[in-house]
Amino acid sequence: MSKTIIEHSVASETFNKDEPYVDWHDETLWFVRQKRDKSSKLLPEWEQLREVASGIKNYVLSHMDELLIAFEQKAKENGVRIHWAADAAEHNEIVLGLLRQNNIDKMVKSKSMLTEECHMNEFLSKNGIEVIDTDLGERIVQLRNEPPSHIVLPAIHLKKKDIGDLFHEHLGTEAGATDPQYLTEAARQHLRDKFLTRRAALTGVNFAIAETGGFVVSTNEGNADMGAHLADIHIASMGFEKIIPTQKDLAVFLRLLARSATGQPITTYSSHFKRPRAGQEMHIIIVDNGRTTQLGRADFRNSLKCIRCGACMNTCPVYRRSGGHSYHNAVAGPIGSILAPNLDMTKNADLPFASTLCGSCSNVCPVKIDIHDQLYKWRQVLVKGGHVPQAKEIGIKAMSVVLSQPRFYQWSGRLGRSLMRTVPFVVNNGMNPWFKQREMPEPPKESFRDWYIRNRKE
Amino acid sequence: MTSRDRILQQIKLNKPAETLLPQTTRFDSLYENTEDKFIETLTAIYTEVIVVKDLAELVRKAGELYASVVNRATTIPALADWADFSLNDPDPHALELIEIAILQAEFGVAENGAVWISDTHLPHRALPFITQNLAFVIPRNAIVNNMHDAYERLHDTTGWGCFISGPSKTADIEQSLVIGAHGARSLVIFLLEDA
Ligand code: SF4
Repeated sequence: MSKTIIEHSVASETFNKDEPYVDWHDETLWFVRQKRDKSSKLLPEWEQLREVASGIKNYVLSHMDELLIAFEQKAKENGVRIHWAADAAEHNEIVLGLLRQNNIDKMVKSKSMLTEECHMNEFLSKNGIEVIDTDLGERIVQLRNEPPSHIVLPAIHLKKKDIGDLFHEHLGTEAGATDPQYLTEAARQHLRDKFLTRRAALTGVNFAIAETGGFVVSTNEGNADMGAHLADIHIASMGFEKIIPTQKDLAVFLRLLARSATGQPITTYSSHFKRPRAGQEMHIIIVDNGRTTQLGRADFRNSLKCIRCGACMNTCPVYRRSGGHSYHNAVAGPIGSILAPNLDMTKNADLPFASTLCGSCSNVCPVKIDIHDQLYKWRQVLVKGGHVPQAKEIGIKAMSVVLSQPRFYQWSGRLGRSLMRTVPFVVNNGMNPWFKQREMPEPPKESFRDWYIRNRKE
Repeated sequence: MTSRDRILQQIKLNKPAETLLPQTTRFDSLYENTEDKFIETLTAIYTEVIVVKDLAELVRKAGELYASVVNRATTIPALADWADFSLNDPDPHALELIEIAILQAEFGVAENGAVWISDTHLPHRALPFITQNLAFVIPRNAIVNNMHDAYERLHDTTGWGCFISGPSKTADIEQSLVIGAHGARSLVIFLLEDA
């Protein structure tokens, strides 16, 4: 937690050193994005589904407290114990308390970005609790002592060889083995042993249903179910925005979620938990950790509609070429860059600038979050609040001076064009941050405005 | 004030102006043949669908398909003789030995190949996940079009239930698809004609 943060631009520069690797990363994620496209095209009602999903989530935002109270009451009636956590620290303490009460010092966990956000594993491990991540990708990054680099594909930044070496070291697989089938089998055996011996399991929550007090967890591997059904105590951690009004709303969201994430028509397992099984304890921790603040920010509250499909990351040209870790936040990519400054404006001021604002994220988002507009708005908030480094701020201020005064804009454009033609080294050098990773364009002989005026006269 | 009350109070203060729920929340998927669509979807996700006329044929087919497999378990009374693993043990950890489980599922969904299974028909929730291989039996006429139809049918869930669509899988190693991550390594669905 106290690790020094490396700014996105600097981290991505490091990431960009290995060009073939960056190309591979870029293409891999683009492939996932294309699978999403194909799958969405198979449903004629796709756009309407997005509209409905967005509408339900708008309703949720405006009835959040009532829905949570209804959920809590129903869940209690079902025999589930509900806890509320104002922040990450309280969440972690609740988990620790539940484990201590049951004399448990080892736990299995299925993927939960919320516990990443709360840095729960680190906290529990400091308190003598061993936490094993059971999603294969999560286990891989856990063995590497890294956070996940993507919310759906946690180890998307790694090659077979990296994983082969890692498993050789930790799981005793043959040196140099890279066959995914073989490596997955080794992980299966390793994790099966954990599932069978751990008395506590923690899962995330994809959707919580106010009407029934139940919640849904989606996985492809079945790890959430393996953990929860074998453990004596099941703890589910949810950000409060995961609530939806009725069970039938799940149809809308489950149709959108996996198609947006990986192009699958649905995840392999969509498990609906409502009551603990006989002899089992079930707990739900409802977490705020800055969400009430975000709910109060009119420009940014829509980010709470996110269903964590990852589509915005797969499509983002910046994410694909800079990697998830360069975002130094539990949730990377476009949506992460909106959520992060809500938590800490100073530490995360760089993230809303890690975007081309091309709008691709907003176009793919299944719940129609205005992602690129929010990124643009954050930039303004952060600059006004003095959270942005000087160089960037001067650039933006200069830009706004230029853009707000038409005559000055014309003059500076003319100056710029002639400079680039006559003395190109003035712009094509390391001092100009725009020159990084870019060929500066051949400047046109005249501006569009001059061309327009000339042609209109003719 | 407790965290609960503080969170709820903050939400009340900060939430946006009231909006209403969308009018339309369901869509019809019109497949020419729901069963064909169901089978097509499942084939694409590595799941074999076998149509059987009656319970006698189910028993015969299951016998053939899993002839050499030991540690068989089932929730289908007609298969009781075929099974050699009792599900009476209250400890789910005992299920670790099961190689194949043939279980009653309630219905299937054409658009995504999912079947609904719940603890109405299961002695152990862990069973469909911990078994090495899995088969479901559903009545042939219990295939709905899409998820909207599915939830109309479900109305309310029991203590626990799950949509399962295909065998367990992962693509976490360089996006290469591997079947059999933690759950069942294979899935077969028997469609029973005379249910
Ligand atoms: S913001 Fe939209 S596209 Fe991005 S993860 Fe969330 S739901 Fe998916």
